[in-house]
Amino acid sequence: MLGHTVLMLGVVITVFPFYWMFVMASNTTADIFSYPPKLVPGSHLWENMSKVLDKTDFWGSMALTIVAATGTTILVLLIDSLAAFAFAKYDFPARNVLFAIVLATFMIPMQLALVPQFVTLAWLGWVGSLKALILPGAANAFGIFWMRQYAKGAIADELIHAAKVDGAGFFRQWWTVGLPVLRPGLAFLGIFTFFTIWNDYLWPLIVMTDPGKLPLQVAVQQLNGIYTTDQSMVIAGALMSVIPLIGVFLIGARHFIANLAAGAMKF
Amino acid sequence: MAVTESVQGSAGERRRATAGKELDGSRPLPGWRRYWPMYAAVSPFFFLFAVFGVFPVGYSIYLSFMSWDGIGDMKGVGWENYAYLLTDGDFWQSITNTLIIWVLSTVPMIFLALVIAYALHTTVRFKAFYRVAYFMPNITSIVAMTLVLGSVFSNSSGLLNNMLRAISAGEVGWLSDPWAMKVAVAAITTWRWVGYNAIICLAGLQAISSDIYEAARVDGANNRQTFFRITIPMLRPVILFVAITSTIGGLQLFTEPQVLFPDAAGNVGGPGGEATTIVLYLYQQAFIFNRFGYGAAIGWALFILIAVFSVINWRLIGGRDELAADKRKGKRRAR
Repeated sequence: MLGHTVLMLGVVITVFPFYWMFVMASNTTADIFSYPPKLVPGSHLWENMSKVLDKTDFWGSMALTIVAATGTTILVLLIDSLAAFAFAKYDFPARNVLFAIVLATFMIPMQLALVPQFVTLAWLGWVGSLKALILPGAANAFGIFWMRQYAKGAIADELIHAAKVDGAGFFRQWWTVGLPVLRPGLAFLGIFTFFTIWNDYLWPLIVMTDPGKLPLQVAVQQLNGIYTTDQSMVIAGALMSVIPLIGVFLIGARHFIANLAAGAMKF
Repeated sequence: MAVTESVQGSAGERRRATAGKELDGSRPLPGWRRYWPMYAAVSPFFFLFAVFGVFPVGYSIYLSFMSWDGIGDMKGVGWENYAYLLTDGDFWQSITNTLIIWVLSTVPMIFLALVIAYALHTTVRFKAFYRVAYFMPNITSIVAMTLVLGSVFSNSSGLLNNMLRAISAGEVGWLSDPWAMKVAVAAITTWRWVGYNAIICLAGLQAISSDIYEAARVDGANNRQTFFRITIPMLRPVILFVAITSTIGGLQLFTEPQVLFPDAAGNVGGPGGEATTIVLYLYQQAFIFNRFGYGAAIGWALFILIAVFSVINWRLIGGRDELAADKRKGKRRAR
């Protein structure tokens, strides 16, 4: 009983900001900041959302973020599953050294590389382009580490033998044997990567300098900078930026959380 | 290189043993033809990491000895950036701010995560619901939720101050008072990460074999004793993981203070820069003031700080393990 009381109290505090986001987005700014404040959802949600759509290129920002997150996710899944398949199921000279290097790259905080990474992209002429949003995030050491653990347990040696006897080369084995078995692991890594890129803020803030091409997080933050007096509208924009994620999360939540916890236990 | 459990090795053996010559000949392929696909498979990561990881990190060493505004010519300044770093009051303030916010968020966070994990572990019903609810903050965007909580913390008419006024407790300058500002940032961080860390701790709790508890109960240990003598020590690796990731994350805090205190004039971290964290300061110097060389130097200072704190964590939480092992060894020897 005490357990449930503690847990319910925690849930109320945890979930309250989401509720409050909805309350703010569906009332007028005057209502929220009045005293006593309005604590229940109002009827102005549509109005506030229309204001966001009128005054900003919200759909453009969302499209940009969807493309960036999808592009990164596909690249990460291809690159990491290939590398993890090789590391987990094959032996080749220098394999352990190479894998140790992958692990070592965990240790480098990317803030260290922030300035030179920006300079590198400026040289390449990529600042403000989709490439700048997608490619740096595609080198994902965590994904290789995680997928390798997964592949070790999931792919039976016999399956690979069988494919070999059928004359399949390495890449055919990866495609026909590896990928189908790895699918649940790929689903987790894919959602994880997608969320990370969707929510990323510092990097897009630095490289996406063209005001006509702002990714979602930057656009929402700028909304606050420009229309700070109309909090209802700002929060409506914030709400619109998180709804797709919450939707995806609620569909696959149980699977996602279990995998994430399992990943942490492997360290 | 160990070949024992590899597919290549055992496939070769099996081929020799059963199929004989009729497959692809009895001699193994020469090294290059045999191994190139694996190297090809791992190379995209290394290529990308070389371009976007190794090169920038290496280049940032060079850059940190330069004075450069990103457009004009670079000028070598030797150790000047680092010398300036040591005397730059704003930089030191950003370190102090970061550490205060880190303590204010990490300590309650680990405590609450353990409490929630323990409650989840001992609860049978609604487990799935709780887990999803607690995890939600972690997947939603920091920008959006910081905006929401920012207006809850708003000085004049935010929800929190309205509530405090309603119980005649007086209002707090959440977005203007040096300490309250840090508390606000820490609260947002804690809110976002408690659930995540609770789930990790829960996984750790579930990994402890019930046999150990059974044995303790047989020996007459009470709940308190089992919690402090078994649960906490067995959880140490998980707590270490949580502590290290919280430290790395805490020292790199950026989005919360940046969104909470917007300023068009290039100032960061709110009134008096009291919520300026190290990364926020780096961002300001490098990307608002275009001091790329100095920004690179701040990056290295941050790196050293993270390394030092990770080692401290390791010593504090992981080190006791070795200590205990030494003690046990000593005892055994004494016997």
